[in-house]
Amino acid sequence: MNTDRPDESGGHDGSPRGPSVDRRRFLAGSAALIAHGSARLVFGAPPADVIEGDPMRTPGSPARPHGDRSPFEASVRSGGGSHSLTPLEHLHGIVTPSSLHFERHHNGVPAIHPSRHRLLIHGSVDRPLIFTMNELQRFPSVSRHAFIECAGNSRPAWLEAQDLTVQELHGLTSTSEWTGVKLSTLLEATGVRPEAAWMLAEGSDAAGLTRSVPLTEDVLSEAVVCYGQNGEALRPEQGYPLRLLLPGLEGNINVKWLRRLKLGPAPFMTRWETSKYTDLMPDGMAYQFSLVMEAKSVITSPCGRQQIHPGFHEIRGLAWSGRGRVRKVEVSVDAGRTWQQAQLQEPVISKCHTRFRFPWRWNGQEAILQSRCIDETGYRQPSREALVKVRGIHSSYHYHGIQSWKIERDGLVRNVDA
Amino acid sequence: MDSCETSMPKRWLLGVVLLLIAGCVMQGRSTHEQTGALGLGRPASPDEIRAWNIDANPTGEGLPPGQGTAAGGAAVYASKCARCHGPTGVEGPMDRLVGGQHTLASTSPIKTVGSYWPYATTLYDYIYRAMPFDAPQSLTADEVYAVIAWLLHQNGIIDADAVIDAHTLPQIHMPNRHGFVPDPRPDVPSP
Repeated sequence: MNTDRPDESGGHDGSPRGPSVDRRRFLAGSAALIAHGSARLVFGAPPADVIEGDPMRTPGSPARPHGDRSPFEASVRSGGGSHSLTPLEHLHGIVTPSSLHFERHHNGVPAIHPSRHRLLIHGSVDRPLIFTMNELQRFPSVSRHAFIECAGNSRPAWLEAQDLTVQELHGLTSTSEWTGVKLSTLLEATGVRPEAAWMLAEGSDAAGLTRSVPLTEDVLSEAVVCYGQNGEALRPEQGYPLRLLLPGLEGNINVKWLRRLKLGPAPFMTRWETSKYTDLMPDGMAYQFSLVMEAKSVITSPCGRQQIHPGFHEIRGLAWSGRGRVRKVEVSVDAGRTWQQAQLQEPVISKCHTRFRFPWRWNGQEAILQSRCIDETGYRQPSREALVKVRGIHSSYHYHGIQSWKIERDGLVRNVDA
Repeated sequence: MDSCETSMPKRWLLGVVLLLIAGCVMQGRSTHEQTGALGLGRPASPDEIRAWNIDANPTGEGLPPGQGTAAGGAAVYASKCARCHGPTGVEGPMDRLVGGQHTLASTSPIKTVGSYWPYATTLYDYIYRAMPFDAPQSLTADEVYAVIAWLLHQNGIIDADAVIDAHTLPQIHMPNRHGFVPDPRPDVPSP
């Protein structure tokens, strides 16, 4: 039984206005988490070439031209081949380090020299134009944070719960600051003919990936042709040197290695919007151009296959919506019987990962932790049960049901259906 | 008189200035006409557009000259496709291409070219640009048309001797042509 009302009973430790935290128990709990929890995955033994001993008594290393993370940090993307997943459980804040941004490509990552790369805009335009990278970077620029989530993220969740981590289940979503030139600025240069309602975006990878983009008001006001990511050039696996950013829309349509935009009156019906990325319903019909990624959230700590110990834990997670800002995140520690409001960490940005926090004390009893996102349109993330009831289990894409993590008595955290 | 003597060079100067302004305006207009207000980018020539414009859409636009039949397609399929999609398009290991009709509403839906793809033109667009996986854009137009004919015949959509070309391909009615609805979401009731 779900309820919208925050829990008023005071029966759950660690509500946002709950009792102050016993510092000693908190420190003990944190130490235990580091010693026994998932932290083991991050803090491995120091590499042999690292100087041991008191860093105050030994000069440190000199400046270097290109920095890397500490040798004690070992968090990596999982997967391989045509995709890799972001280790969401190891991230702080809302930005995904570029080196940990998830990957999905359909015939490898091309190596493209920027001096040879061109963007052609043609079709239903007044002036078909070709742009060099240098010219694109001379246009008035914009920059914004946005999440990109693969439409196939959380695919295992359609099926019966498997013993997976949050990375394995939900790691095909990442957030970056994206920099480039607005699509509308480029279309001002080419002029747009009245019949133009769709735009084919084509990548210059070996898949020649193409998607039809509806030229809606939203798309025209928000789409960016990007060359920058988190303060530097795009990473190769994110489309270097040029990609399309369509904030809030499924990852696949944010075409990477962008080489061509062709405007026309109708969708082009590419393989990627017919055979793939369409949602098969139980009645045999399929949703097409279901592009928006709906409101979603997931608790990233504690999460699947970690082990926790009794005491204080800050429940942490990420929430996002392709329809705008996250208005609210609610957390349940009793399998959805009661819900309490989590604290949203600033900044809260439209169509961007938003971090939430909820203080909690684990008493050693079985518990099921859940979160649900409510976005600025009032849309509330549904339970897995409600989602499957409407869409069945064969739609493959656009899963956004509530994630349940069960804490077993021994502190092991497991992915469950609840 | 003095004023007349000085008026000639002044007029001349004014004329030059006006010409310069007009020249600038015209220059500006022609730049704008060619590349937009900021003058960035350069006009794409018809030849350049032709070379880049490799897509084909359901109207048939973009389909090149050439043709093929299932008989010719069998050889192309065997040498270029069967390794990944299986000898008859059913076995895999990569995407199954044949069969699966009338399974979409079942508990084990099978999505193939024959059971799921709504447009036959997508076959040309996709096979030419992306297949074979290790040599995209290496097939000739005739080879692509032929392998499409083979696939459509294997799926029971066309006869063995049907000729597939730029004219016939857009007219193929795919079994699942009306199997799609525009995005109806939000579709799940709020808790």
